[in-house]
Amino acid sequence: MGIVFHLAWRNLWRNRRRTWLTAGAIAFSTILLVLWVPIQFGAYEIMIDASLRVFPGHAQIQRPGYQDKPKIRNAIDNAEALARSLRGSNHYTGVAARAQGFALLSSGTRSYGAQVVGVEPEYEGDTSSIPGLVKRGRYLSGIDAQEIVIGAALARNLKVKIGDEVTMLGGGKDGSVAAAILPVVGIFESGSNEMDRFFSEIPLHTFQSVFSMGHSAHTISVVAKTVEEQPELLAALRKAVKGRDDLVVLGWEQLVPGLKEGIQVDKVSGFIFYGILIAVVIFSILNTFLMSVLERTREFGLMLALGSRPKRIAGLMMLESALLTLLGLVIGVTIGGALVYWVHIVGFAYPGMEELVKQYNMPGLSRIYPQLNAFNFMLGPGTIFAATNIAAWIPILRIRKLEPVEAMRTI
Amino acid sequence: MIGTSLSLLTTLGWRNLWRHTRRTVVILFAITLGVWFMVISAGMMVGIIEQQVRDTIFNLVGHAQIHHPKFRDDPAIEHSMPPPSAALLAVLNGPAVKQWSSRIRLPAVVMSERESRGVTLVGIDPAREQGLSLIGNPVVEGRALESSDDTGIIIGRRMAEKLETRVGKRIVIMSQDKNKEVADRGFRIIGLYQADLEATETAYVFTGIKTAQKLLGMGNDISEISLITGSREGLDPLVARLREAAPDLESRSWQELEPLIVTAMKVYDNFMIIWYLIIFIAMAFGLTNTMLMAVYERTREIGLFQALGMRPRFIVGQVLVETFILLVIGIVLGNLTGWFTSDVIFAKGIDLTEFARGMESFQMSSIMYFQLEMSDLVTINLLVIGLGLVASLYPAVKAARYVPVEAITRT
Repeated sequence: MGIVFHLAWRNLWRNRRRTWLTAGAIAFSTILLVLWVPIQFGAYEIMIDASLRVFPGHAQIQRPGYQDKPKIRNAIDNAEALARSLRGSNHYTGVAARAQGFALLSSGTRSYGAQVVGVEPEYEGDTSSIPGLVKRGRYLSGIDAQEIVIGAALARNLKVKIGDEVTMLGGGKDGSVAAAILPVVGIFESGSNEMDRFFSEIPLHTFQSVFSMGHSAHTISVVAKTVEEQPELLAALRKAVKGRDDLVVLGWEQLVPGLKEGIQVDKVSGFIFYGILIAVVIFSILNTFLMSVLERTREFGLMLALGSRPKRIAGLMMLESALLTLLGLVIGVTIGGALVYWVHIVGFAYPGMEELVKQYNMPGLSRIYPQLNAFNFMLGPGTIFAATNIAAWIPILRIRKLEPVEAMRTI
Repeated sequence: MIGTSLSLLTTLGWRNLWRHTRRTVVILFAITLGVWFMVISAGMMVGIIEQQVRDTIFNLVGHAQIHHPKFRDDPAIEHSMPPPSAALLAVLNGPAVKQWSSRIRLPAVVMSERESRGVTLVGIDPAREQGLSLIGNPVVEGRALESSDDTGIIIGRRMAEKLETRVGKRIVIMSQDKNKEVADRGFRIIGLYQADLEATETAYVFTGIKTAQKLLGMGNDISEISLITGSREGLDPLVARLREAAPDLESRSWQELEPLIVTAMKVYDNFMIIWYLIIFIAMAFGLTNTMLMAVYERTREIGLFQALGMRPRFIVGQVLVETFILLVIGIVLGNLTGWFTSDVIFAKGIDLTEFARGMESFQMSSIMYFQLEMSDLVTINLLVIGLGLVASLYPAVKAARYVPVEAITRT
């Protein structure tokens, strides 16, 4: 083995320029993938986290059918008691019951339709970032306080400021008219255009009395430590509501289906792009492998004549291509790793990104930080290593067909 | 003189290329693959952007709009404007404007028997909207609005699902009238319209402009004027004339109304140049390497040329011409396959309906079309030829520096 390794290493440097150029091509593609794959996955992570943290949570308990048709009548009885019973478990970092409805909000001069959500002020902050995003005034003070917080764009459109009263007019659960006059105590800026324009929150008990809901609510939103714990979270929730046919547990994929599909589209197109990029690199360096076999036909003939078996020569060539690829990979991973670490510290952004992202209702995405884990980091180098070596085998397979005498006669 | 030497170099280059058919085919494949990839990714990007721009313009924006100066920031009824004055009419009916229409466009709440939602009530003159905006398209169910005083209402297909209503049923529209009182009125749904994005279908309901003016007690006042011209570029002179004709109103081109899409176009443009460069570098390694090998194995021959009196710059020229032929073949093949991919294989677009909700969250429609722009093709081809020749300079100069006697004696 020692001698084969030695031979392979020396052969590599018989044509230094070619070796460096080939290793350079491999290093170049490795740098791109080592840098870009973690940034891509980091972007997904931030997108998911930001979208879910604003309001939906990682999972929700609802009545069957509520997700598709959020009717005010389709409510969970004694929702607060159910939420309270879930809070004992350490699977969740946040549990909050919510009631949701639609109402016309009017100030003295303006009226706009808006989503109204009844929340438990004490717990809402555990599942949603809105309480923390109140930029003016304060969040709701208690579960039966007569107060409302609204989005910044809605406040601007209604021309209201902290302390002004808004009139809420909607339809109650029993079909009655739901009406209330509430002072605005807080105005939030979520970074999502839609939420800032169409969203308002009031305390749950106030919601229940205005909308004739009794003790019912529509969803129980649950948050785990991280999104990755989704399977455990869903299992724990399903166990907790076992035996209750009137409830369903929905993960974030079902709550925000567009997000998951959007990421899938992006992932698929991203991988197609990487695939073609790698293919371009492979064809670009295939000539190196081709030439390193063709130009040594005479030498191989001699080795065969001296009693080397074709297998051994093929093994030598494979070792050579593996060494060459590794050389490129080491350079690529070193430079790529340094770059990705740098991005990890300073974050990644491009001009116009924040405005663009805001429009897609994905708040909090001003900078992307790469998601560093072994899979993301090694995916690129691993694929390149496999692809280049497979490419190198194509010319190597010819060695098996060589006839010693004929081979030695080639120029 | 230059002519004959060029034709000599071309013949030499062409013959040299085919001395090593296999190697030439491999590098040609790499170039073709790279160019093909640049062409289709440009086609895809332009297709996506074009569709977004077209949808945006068609989505009641038009090429330019005229509003009360405060209307865009605060679309309320008191920011309405009188119908166009004689001076403004002269510009609107002039040759630069293809079509224009005035509209009512105000926030409202729509209520069916079961649900209520916030919408934008749009009052239109149906005859003037044809070819100007999406509501000019035929309805998918029921009938279209017939006149300015049509009292029926048209809602989006998916809006009807959300409201659990259908054609023939009545819905109530509530909004604020001129005296800041809540005005409401029942409308019969006469038709359903369809748009690419669900967000559009649930955003607007349409009725006759006179019906809306009567409901809201606004006399002849309107909310906006929208117009289209022959081309969506070069609108500045027209907008300037509109401003002159109506100095107390706000006239804006679509680029000013929708700055985000202009930002997106710029981001994509920059991104594409980086993208081309990445693919190019991936092929450049192979190109340089292949030319280097070609020169290397012809060392003796080049030495002989020099000994016979060929000037070094002719040797450089020979390598450059050889590369040029290679690049031109690669580019022709790459453009042809790119054209074939986008205009023949995917002429009907790529159907991503499966991921519709994901596409929707990026505000893209679920069928993706390729669109090849001549300017992109020119950019790609010039870039590949220009940088390709630069990449082959290294082997070319190297060959020219061979010392004749040494080169000839090299085995």
